[in-house]
Amino acid sequence: MKASTRQVDGVTIVDLSGRITLGEGSVVLRDTIKDLLGKGAKNILLNLGDVSYIDSSGIGELVSAFTSVQRQGGELKLLHLTKKVHDLLQITKLYTVFDVQEDEPNAIKSFSVK
Amino acid sequence: MTAQSKVSYRMESTLESVNKAEEMVGQLAKQAGFDEDARDGISMSVREAMINAVIHGNAYDPGKRVNLSLEQNNGELIITIGDEGKGLEPEEIPDPLAPDNLMKQSGRGIFLIRAFMDEVRFRKLEPGTEVTLIKRIPGSDLDRQEAST
Repeated sequence: MKASTRQVDGVTIVDLSGRITLGEGSVVLRDTIKDLLGKGAKNILLNLGDVSYIDSSGIGELVSAFTSVQRQGGELKLLHLTKKVHDLLQITKLYTVFDVQEDEPNAIKSFSVK
Repeated sequence: MTAQSKVSYRMESTLESVNKAEEMVGQLAKQAGFDEDARDGISMSVREAMINAVIHGNAYDPGKRVNLSLEQNNGELIITIGDEGKGLEPEEIPDPLAPDNLMKQSGRGIFLIRAFMDEVRFRKLEPGTEVTLIKRIPGSDLDRQEAST
């Protein structure tokens, strides 16, 4: 899996691509979030548009990222879910826990503190 | 694999085995005629069951193996995964949808398997656990019987 970050109007957008699964994919996500929190990032938008697959370990990493950012007083939101990932979050009842956004400009505006 | 056949593998307790099993089952499910959604569900179920066997069962022990069998028989795809670990009590696994568990990092694997497969059976081994995953093949006699009940 690949993760690249960019800054737009006080929001850190993480573009993820590939598979978030046990092993490398989960580690890349964990390290990226840890690094961003270490640098003081508060508003994080995970772009999952190019994430083809997530397993239960990947779901766990998303939950862990969400709670880690929240603990530091920040917000983590999800952008551009594929149907597969959307269905998985529905099945696991996490769809309503995460703030899921469909449009990048609106997602950036939706963060409360800049 | 033909319409009525079974093939078995004895695999190392590694993540490579997890990926390999997932890939093989994905190909088999395609040959059996499952659509993309069903194939994804079957592949994920096998991935989760293999992860349970490799990590929670055999604990990556190089001396222990995971036994995988793939069977296409009588309108069903039957996948059996057995480990040589300390054993699993599926009834004791907390409900991942319970409010107290919803935000836990782990514990969703068996829930997902049950969500995607038609039938899931656990059997205790000496030592270890065997899980059997069953999915009815679309358009088969068994599938039609199920639809009419």
